Amino acid sequence: MRRKTNWGQMLASYGVVLALAALILFGSLRYENFLGSFNILSVLRYNSMFALISLGMCFVIMTGGIDLSVGSVAALGSVVAAYASPYGLLPGLAAGVAAGMLAGTLNGLIITRLKIMPFITTLAMMLAASGTALLLARNQSVAVSYATAFTELGQGNLLGLPVPALIGAFAYLVGSVVLNLTSSGRAVLAIGGSEDASRMMGLPVERITFLVYLASGGLAGLAGVILAAQFGAGQPIEGVGWELFAIAAVVVGGTLLTGGAGSVVTTLAGVLLLGVVFNILNFENGKGWISLSAYWQSVIRGLFLLAVVLLQAHLTHRVAGGPTVADTTDSLQP
Amino acid sequence: MRWHTVSGMTDRSGVSLLLARYGTALALVVLLAFNFAVTPNFATWQTLNVNLTQVSTIVIVAVGMTLVIATGGIDLSVGSLMAISGALAPMIFLGNLVGIGGIPVAVAVAMFVAVAATTLLGAFNGWLIARYRIQPIVATLVLYIAGRGIAQVMTNGNLQVFKLPEFQWIGLSRPFGIPAQVIVMLFIVTLAAWMLARTNFGRQLLAIGGNERAARLSGIATGRIKIAVYAISGALAGLAGLVVIAINSASDANLVGMGMELDAIAAVAVGGTLLSGGRATIIGTLLGALVIQLVRYTLLANGVPDAAALVCKAAIIIGAVWLQERGRTA
Repeated sequence: MRRKTNWGQMLASYGVVLALAALILFGSLRYENFLGSFNILSVLRYNSMFALISLGMCFVIMTGGIDLSVGSVAALGSVVAAYASPYGLLPGLAAGVAAGMLAGTLNGLIITRLKIMPFITTLAMMLAASGTALLLARNQSVAVSYATAFTELGQGNLLGLPVPALIGAFAYLVGSVVLNLTSSGRAVLAIGGSEDASRMMGLPVERITFLVYLASGGLAGLAGVILAAQFGAGQPIEGVGWELFAIAAVVVGGTLLTGGAGSVVTTLAGVLLLGVVFNILNFENGKGWISLSAYWQSVIRGLFLLAVVLLQAHLTHRVAGGPTVADTTDSLQP
Repeated sequence: MRWHTVSGMTDRSGVSLLLARYGTALALVVLLAFNFAVTPNFATWQTLNVNLTQVSTIVIVAVGMTLVIATGGIDLSVGSLMAISGALAPMIFLGNLVGIGGIPVAVAVAMFVAVAATTLLGAFNGWLIARYRIQPIVATLVLYIAGRGIAQVMTNGNLQVFKLPEFQWIGLSRPFGIPAQVIVMLFIVTLAAWMLARTNFGRQLLAIGGNERAARLSGIATGRIKIAVYAISGALAGLAGLVVIAINSASDANLVGMGMELDAIAAVAVGGTLLSGGRATIIGTLLGALVIQLVRYTLLANGVPDAAALVCKAAIIIGAVWLQERGRTA
C-alpha cells in the first residue's frame, strides 16, 4: 500500500523538525548563551541516553509493538556496567549492553514463541529488570570505578564532542541505514503494516520481531552504560518513566503507533524537541522574568505531545483520506 | 485470526480451558493453602485486613481499567489522576485554595471537587479518543506526563500534611472491623460487575471492544460510551487518590499513584480480561489483584526481599496470560 505523498503528510512527518528549528530559533534570539557550545554540548550529552532508548522504541513501534521495559532495563544495564567498570572501559560497556540484550532476548522470545502481547510481555520485563537491578545492587547505587577509562563513556569528549552524543549519533546512523537500505529494515515496516500479509509474503516475521526487541534491549543497556558513566554510579531506581518519554518522543517524531511507517531522523528530532523544551525552561528561569518550577516541564511536555497528536490526527484525517487511526485500533494486539 | 482451533490438542483442551478460566481463582486457593501451612500468624483477622487494605486502591483503579480495556483501550493516566485528586483535596479542606467554613462541609466539597476534576480529565481522555480517534495509549499518555506535573505545580511539589478524622475515615476507619476502603472497594466491584453483566451500557462497551465498527453500525453511540468509560476510570482513580492520602495522613504529588497504571493493568491481565477488548471480568480483576498482592505478601512474610517479589510478579503476569492464551487456542 503506497502512501500518497502530499503536503499534509509531509507536515505530519517533518513538522517536528520545523518545530525544533522554531524552538531553537526562539531560544537563540531570546537567550544569550543558548547557542553557546557549552549549552549545546550539555544538552546533547544529557539527552543521548533518551535518544538511544527512543531509537530502539522507534523500531519496536514500527513493527506495531511496544517496549515498556526500556527504562528499567537501562537501570539494570547501569548497575551491571558499574560492577564491570573496574575491568575497564570495554568490559563495562560490553557487560551493560549484554544485560540489556539478555532482557531483549527474553522479550523477543516471549513475544514470538509464547505469543504474548508486547504490551504485557514488556510490562512484566519492566518489573523483572527492575527487581533484578535492585537485587544485584542491594537496593543502593553502585559506584563506578574511576581508576579505568569507563567514565569517559559518559563524561569524556572526543574531537570536542561529548562521547555519549557520538555514540548516539553512530547508533542513529546505523539505525537509519538499517531501516532505509536493508531488507530487514523494509521488513520491519512491512510487519508493522500487516503482519499477516508479511507472513504470506514469506518474510521472516518472527525473526525480525525478535531482532527488534533484542536491539531495543541492547540500546537500553547502552543507555544504562552511559547513565552509569555520566553520573558515576549504577542506579537501580533510575529509569522510571523513561519508556513513556521514549514513546512520546517517537510519537512527536511522527511515527504512528499503529506501526508500518516511521522515521529514525524525526524520532531524533522528537527527542531533541522534548529536551530543548526543558532547556529553554531553564534559561527562562535564569532570566528571572518568570519563575517556573521544574514541575512545569512535564506539563509543557504533555501539552506538546497533545498538540502534536491533535495535529497528526487532523492531518491524517483530512488530508490522507486513507485508513484512519481508529480503523487500526488493534495495534496493541499480538 | 490468530487463535485457530488446533486439532490434536483437543484431548488437552479440557485442562487448558479450565486453567484459563479458573486459573486465577485456583492460584489464589493454592496461595492461601500455602500460607495457612507455612506463613506464621497467617490465619488472623489482622493479616486479612493488611492485605485487603493494601490491595483496595489497586482494585478500585483496576475496576476502571477493566472497563477501559473491555472497550479495547488502555488508560495510562490513572496514577497521575490520583496525584491530582490527592493534591487538590487537601488544598481545599486545609483552606489553602478557598476558605470554606465548617470542616465537614469543606471535606465534602474537597472530596467532591477532587473526584469531579479527575472525572472531567478522564472524560477529556475519552474525548480525545472518540473525537479525534487518537489511540488510547497515546491519548492517555498526555495526561500521564502532564497530570503529575499539574499536581506538582499546584502544590509546588510540597508535602501537604494533615490530621483530619472527618476526611481520613475513608482510609483509616473500620466500621464493623472492616477497613472503610475495603467496603468502598467491594461496593465498587459489585456495582461494576452488575453493570457489566446486566446493563445496556455494559453490553455496549463490550460490543465496542469486540468489534468497534460493527458496534457503530448497529447503532451504538460508540463515542459517548467511550467518553463515559474513561470518565469512570478517571473518577475511580480520583477516589483511589483520596484513599491513599487518607491512609498516609499526607499528600505528596511526587509519589501518590506512582506506577499505579501498571499495577492496575497487571491485575486486569492476571484476572483474565481479554486485553484486546470485547471480554472482561470484574471479579477476575479482583482475584488478579488479590493474587499479585498475596504473592508479594507471601514472599515478604517469608523473608524474600521486595525486589525478588518484583521478579515473581513478572513471572506471574506472563504465566497467567500464557495460560489464558492457551485456553483460547484449545
